[in-house]
Amino acid sequence: MDNSKESLMDIYIFETFQMLEQLEQAILASEKEGCIGTNSINDIFRIMHNIKGSSAMMMFNKIAELAHSIEDLFFYLREEKPQEVNCFTICDLVLRSIDFVKEEVSKLQNNLEPDGDACKLIEDIKGYLLVLKDDKPAGNIIVAQKRRFQAVLFFDDDYGMEDLRAFNTINKLKDIADSIEYFPEDIIESDTASVFIRENGFKIVFISLCSFKEIEAFFFNAEFIASLELSEISEECPNTNQVISQDAKFEQLPNKSKVLEEEDRNSASRQSIISVNVNKLDSLMDLVGELVISEAMVSHNPDLAGVINLDNFNKAARQHRKIINELQDTVMAIRMVPLAAIFQKMNRIVRDMSKKLNKEVELEIIGEETEVDKNIIEHLSDPLMHLIRNAIDHGIEKSEDRLSKGKPAKGKIRLEAKNEGGDVWITLKDDGIGLNKGKILARARNNGLLNKADHELSDREIFACILLPGLSTKDQVSEFSGRGVGMDVVVNNISSVGGTVIVDSIEGGGTSISLKIPLTLAIIDGTIVQVGNSVYIIPTNSIKESFRPREEEIIHDPDGNEMIMVRGDCFPVLRLHKYYDIPTEVIRVHEGIIVIVENDRKSLCLFADGLLGKQQIVVKALPRYLKKINGISGCTLLGNGRASLILDVVGLMDS
Amino acid sequence: MAEAMEHEFMDDFEDTQKGKFLTFTVGKESYGIEIKYVTEIIGIQPITEVPDMPEYIKGIINLRGKIIPVMDVRLRFAKPFRDYNDRTCVIVVDINGISIGLIVDSVSEVLSISDADIVSPPDINRESGHKYVKSIGKIGSEVKLILDCDKLIGEEEVKLVNEKGELL
Repeated sequence: MDNSKESLMDIYIFETFQMLEQLEQAILASEKEGCIGTNSINDIFRIMHNIKGSSAMMMFNKIAELAHSIEDLFFYLREEKPQEVNCFTICDLVLRSIDFVKEEVSKLQNNLEPDGDACKLIEDIKGYLLVLKDDKPAGNIIVAQKRRFQAVLFFDDDYGMEDLRAFNTINKLKDIADSIEYFPEDIIESDTASVFIRENGFKIVFISLCSFKEIEAFFFNAEFIASLELSEISEECPNTNQVISQDAKFEQLPNKSKVLEEEDRNSASRQSIISVNVNKLDSLMDLVGELVISEAMVSHNPDLAGVINLDNFNKAARQHRKIINELQDTVMAIRMVPLAAIFQKMNRIVRDMSKKLNKEVELEIIGEETEVDKNIIEHLSDPLMHLIRNAIDHGIEKSEDRLSKGKPAKGKIRLEAKNEGGDVWITLKDDGIGLNKGKILARARNNGLLNKADHELSDREIFACILLPGLSTKDQVSEFSGRGVGMDVVVNNISSVGGTVIVDSIEGGGTSISLKIPLTLAIIDGTIVQVGNSVYIIPTNSIKESFRPREEEIIHDPDGNEMIMVRGDCFPVLRLHKYYDIPTEVIRVHEGIIVIVENDRKSLCLFADGLLGKQQIVVKALPRYLKKINGISGCTLLGNGRASLILDVVGLMDS
Repeated sequence: MAEAMEHEFMDDFEDTQKGKFLTFTVGKESYGIEIKYVTEIIGIQPITEVPDMPEYIKGIINLRGKIIPVMDVRLRFAKPFRDYNDRTCVIVVDINGISIGLIVDSVSEVLSISDADIVSPPDINRESGHKYVKSIGKIGSEVKLILDCDKLIGEEEVKLVNEKGELL
């Protein structure tokens, strides 16, 4: 019993968050435009209605009540179409409501009672609705009076001559509408038009002052029309060709058309996407991993060694392998999520902050379709938020200051994501004041964070200081930033997913902060090394180079620690067989191999018996029972089905 | 209502497993383990050694894509190591959500032992290995030592033996 309630709750939380996100986007878009279009009103109305319904079902009356009041407001907007409405007031009210619901739902997520009080908010909304109803003009205008419609007509099959009928309809339509566009365009000249219309319908897009009902009635009065799909469309799609390619077939009775079309529109956005529990994906990936291994076991089966003629078997095995590889890629692709969701969130932060700080800021988003693994996305939201706050609070100047410096009054922040090799780069660039090298250096010196002379430091090294904890060049702590912890959080979050942070800046010209993030955590490139009878895996991206050393290159210090000189730099040597106490015959350095691994600025030489090869590996956690082992970050399965341990380069360095 | 039914169902389920033991041998003795812990029995697999582990944790194996640790029950009972052969089996058990493989000399059969035939072990004999014995089951003239799974994999025990191992 508890279970069913819990899963219902999960669905409720998930759906509500999703709807709130849609809502937020719709509102922010409207606010940018300065008016709320008919479509947005319908959308917001629908979303609020859904939230109200599901909240009431789950007995969260406060949320339901709030949603109801917003619904009332938009119902009024939709039905009465008041000509003069202050769109900014509405946006504010809705955003406040979104925040409230978000907070309540987060409480639910953390198993707390939703106990927030929305009375004030509801009163505000009701109050505003009253103001509207009194018809007091209050500022900006909304609601387009002329509406654009799209109609798809199917003519009665029995009579033929679809082209002529289409032409007649257009002629009649001209009386009540203008800007008529239709497809196919060459109804009279073309011979194939009739066939096309018979099969795909006749599509008309036009603008009219008439209401939906009137237009519907007009078409029903026209002769020979078998079915009709009529819809109101948004202003931005004037291209009929595009529209037609999207939906190809529909068949419905005329009197049901409106209802069906409404349903269609609602479901279209959902149908193509399903939400799946990540655990299921994980187990799917495990299964595919097993499949890869079992494939290797079958096609390299020792029993096959004696057989001479394997042509057919090999052919089939190749095909088999190919399909499995594709399957593996697909499963990986399923786990990939576009960055759009978290990038869109930033719009809201920019809006709120620029209002509060009274700075004009524009956020430009590029490459939001870039995809990264689900696990990684969860770690990106907080760092990006910090960076955006920093950029607006410290980076972007006030409008007056900007103008006096010859910059446009509106500050600009560019959030860009792109794929490069196996990494995703997310760059946040502002055109604000930039970083002051002298100030950073002074602060860092004061806090004892530097151990090099000024002239030895490169620009990047100096800028990297702002990533250290406890260093803020801002003199005053504000509501949003300045405590010197933010950048530390960013670095921690990013490095926990195996990424790095790079800071660049031009004083007076702005700052750019780049996050380099691996595409996925689940699959990495591994280099397999042998130590005695065991094999270990070193993540390939942390390997700088590997070579076979000569005996005399090894230097011993008085404590017996070994070091090696490579091109003038001295690195400590860690013998894996000694570290893990593995019996091996390869003791002398010139028989084995040195692998230089690197992390941030530290390097370490690992000594192993030999390199066995490279492989893409699926990272798995060590069984819980084994607890934490020094220098081991996880385990994986090799191509031969054996389990193998993955070395943790950072852990080895600390030991 | 639904809860009550669930309970009933669970009871039924437990009932069918109650009093049933999987028996196996380690050395001369025959041991029993409650069937509810047992997931499956597999032959010996290639084992990947894991460093920094007590001796009786032989390493990890690949159980159809799942990686689980394996424990040599012989070594756990402080008996001398014996090479693995065709009779060697790995009993995969799930104890409080932890999956682990137990390496035993051979697996015998599944037996029903009624509660009346199960007695507590004598308190005097704390010989190594027997501290993991929860009770003793009698089947005719034979005796099965019934293992205490929690103790077998228990964390305190792991630590204890660890310290011991270091002392030795």
